[in-house]
Amino acid sequence: MKRLTLSALVVAAVAATAVYVALKPAPDTSPASPPGDAPGDLVARGEYLARAGNCLACHTAPGGAPGAGGRAMDTPFGTIYTSNLTSDAKTGLGQWSADDFWNALHDGRGRDGRLLYPAFPYTNYTRVTRADADALFAWLQTLPAVEQPNRAHTLRFPYDTQAALLAWRTLYFKPGVFQPDAGKPAEWNRGAYLVQGLGHCSACHAPRNALGASTDPDALAGGLMPGQNWYAPSLASPHEASVADWPQAEVVALLRDGVTPHATAAGPMAEVVFGSTQYLSDADLNAMAVYLKALPQTRPVKNEVAGVQDELRRERGAQLYADQCADCHGERGEGRPGVWPALAGNRAVTMVPPANAIRTVLGGGYAPATRGNPRPYGMPPFAAALSDDDIAMVVSHIRGSWGNGASPVSSVDVQRLRGNLR
Amino acid sequence: MNRLSIASTARALFGLLALSATTTFAAPGEHPDIDLRVKACTGCHGAEGRAAADGYYPRIAGKPAGYLYNQLVNFRDGRRQYPLMSGLLQTLTDDYLQEIARHFSALDLPYPPPVRSTQKASVLAHGERLVREGDPARDLPACASCHGSALTGVAPALPGLLGLPHDYLAAQLAGWKSGIRHAHAPDCMAEVARKLNAEDIQSVAHWLSSQPVSQGGKPAAVLEKPLPIRCGGVTEAAR
Ligand code: HEC
Ligand code: HEC
Ligand code: HEC
Ligand code: HEC
Ligand code: HEC
Repeated sequence: MKRLTLSALVVAAVAATAVYVALKPAPDTSPASPPGDAPGDLVARGEYLARAGNCLACHTAPGGAPGAGGRAMDTPFGTIYTSNLTSDAKTGLGQWSADDFWNALHDGRGRDGRLLYPAFPYTNYTRVTRADADALFAWLQTLPAVEQPNRAHTLRFPYDTQAALLAWRTLYFKPGVFQPDAGKPAEWNRGAYLVQGLGHCSACHAPRNALGASTDPDALAGGLMPGQNWYAPSLASPHEASVADWPQAEVVALLRDGVTPHATAAGPMAEVVFGSTQYLSDADLNAMAVYLKALPQTRPVKNEVAGVQDELRRERGAQLYADQCADCHGERGEGRPGVWPALAGNRAVTMVPPANAIRTVLGGGYAPATRGNPRPYGMPPFAAALSDDDIAMVVSHIRGSWGNGASPVSSVDVQRLRGNLR
Repeated sequence: MNRLSIASTARALFGLLALSATTTFAAPGEHPDIDLRVKACTGCHGAEGRAAADGYYPRIAGKPAGYLYNQLVNFRDGRRQYPLMSGLLQTLTDDYLQEIARHFSALDLPYPPPVRSTQKASVLAHGERLVREGDPARDLPACASCHGSALTGVAPALPGLLGLPHDYLAAQLAGWKSGIRHAHAPDCMAEVARKLNAEDIQSVAHWLSSQPVSQGGKPAAVLEKPLPIRCGGVTEAAR
């Protein structure tokens, strides 16, 4: 029983971490503040770091006041609500000290000593330095006070107990500020600091074990986001989202603009770019790119073609493609440079887990509107227009055509990923 | 920075409600490629946003730009619910939504003829009375007192009521009544809808959807009289 409780809790906590991506970023389109290099410009630096950590995306309810919390994070085990971070004395951080804040960010403890849920990615933020934490805190204290009491989480027993959280932390959480590797260049270290810490890339891009925890988060080996219907691809695999072979400028462009000639940030990643990375300085983006490009690569696994489609389904898939997709993506999946992405040779189409390709066809989407790409093009959603089976056939078509050589998908795959998209 | 960015910054900082009435909709000067960029929309809303009179998808072409913009923000920020649309808008900025709203608003396309209603004359008469006169006994203002005497809306933020499918109209009114659809506060349409019973909603939706669109559907330029109730995002424009 004890084990069961524990593992269930871990799953809950982790699911919560992953589920937040359904949340959209705060509808804040204000221009970025300068990186705050000026010495002593603590508040400006804090604002910049908050962008790097995407704090407001989670801590703002839809249509609500920035930072006032109250955003629901649904998990299979109940709902977790984000906290009010504004300077309000009664319901926000108005009475917190910099030490209280440090305890939260670095050690996952609330002001009252309560252990916090790792849906708040303090497992990453623990790597943030004290100086940066103090800057973050200084900026948070400038958020206009909004009186909005924190909503109680509605997690079911036993997921709601501190004892279980304590057990989880004992197993999977070790507080510790980032330690630079003296053998690596400064730029690599800066990139590592941002990717592992505030950027919390591993919250999505790391695989989870049976207990829902990441044993090697920094490998960024790819993770399915439970309940999210998206797969955050491996940043270490050339078949998925490794950028080792990309020109450095393209990695920077992806994080800053949300599009490159060969990739588009979509779904949860579009939200990361929209709310966070587009605001980072070129120096920091370059540092992240250096680090990402140097990630140890996994050995390429051959993309096995597991199933074969019968002739009728193949024809139907091709017909659907010609009718619904070719207009934009081109008869041979060649796309149109700068406008419609090519589907031929596109890893978003061919990677082994088909979730993202299916999800894109179901829900459509726009690349994030960023300063570098303020008026993105959009892909229409097909969830209402096409049945599960039609979507399975057309996705199988794009995975199997033009040398893509990826396995077909079934209507059950599509049905599982539909969620609320109908 | 232009007015718009300042307005959006202020909103972001203080959580103020978007008041479309305070933003200006610049003269056309559209980017020529905007129609390609909104192809993600026209699959549902019909070629150039002129959805047919049957079915559920509302027409968006030619509606007041401020109204369209408010709706896009509402879907993005959760005041209106339709996952397939809000999903598309998640990572779009206020500026871009303004441009998209202006684009659809500027389209001047003929309306299809109305659907012939098969309802009893008494149902339609009840609907017409509510629309034109309201029901003073229930303190229910006439729909026309806000939506314009021609019912084609009033620029920049009051939508027209003609050329919309029956099912869409009924669903919107029921949505406001039950708290699924929201507008900017104070939400006058919610106040109106709460006074309507199921029969009223059906009658109004049947009558409205069976009327030809007058004035080519163009919204009136100004309100004839002050609004009977204050409406968020609109009242400011009436002054
Ligand atoms: C993925 C979503 C997410 C992100 C991103 C996030 N938080 Fe949180 N945060 C949460 C949740 C959920 C809680 C509530 C945890 C709990 O109550 O156990 C929380 C709690 C907190 C608390 C504790 C508040 C209290 O009253 O106890 C602080 C402080 C905090 N977050 C600061 C930050 C800062 C600073 C950032 C950015 C660097 C940030 N958060 C980013 C989800 C997030
Ligand atoms: C909220 C979850 C989440 C977080 C946090 C996140 N990602 Fe992603 N990322 C995704 C998903 C899902 C995809 C797949 C969709 C896509 O292709 O854009 C993705 C895709 C990518 C891609 C490949 C894009 C392409 O189209 O080839 C890169 C590179 C990437 N992420 C880098 C990062 C980095 C660096 C960080 C940290 C700064 C990060 N991600 C944080 C979810 C996330
Ligand atoms: C109106 C033009 C348009 C049509 C029609 C269209 N798409 Fe797309 N598609 C896009 C755009 C723009 C993107 C990039 C935006 C994004 O990924 O969010 C995209 C992205 C994609 C992606 C993800 C590629 C990547 O690099 O992330 C897939 C897969 C895809 N489309 C498949 C299809 C299929 C299958 C159909 C037909 C059922 C289709 N598309 C119809 C415009 C279109
Ligand atoms: C999957 C189909 C679909 C797509 C794609 C879609 N819409 Fe919609 N749209 C709808 C439906 C259905 C409604 C009515 C929803 C409701 O019940 O409130 C709606 C409502 C609207 C409204 C409010 C209309 C009114 O009179 O209140 C606007 C404005 C709008 N859509 C604009 C857009 C734009 C712009 C896009 C592209 C970015 C888009 N839509 C994409 C289906 C769609
Ligand atoms: C006090 C002014 C007022 C009155 C009276 C009023 N409306 Fe409205 N109505 C509005 C405003 C303002 C909006 C736009 C709300 C928004 O921005 O979402 C609106 C929107 C609507 C819409 C949505 C249109 C669309 O395209 O989705 C419908 C339908 C509607 N009203 C029907 C009615 C009916 C029927 C009546 C009479 C029973 C009525 N209204 C009376 C102010 C009013």
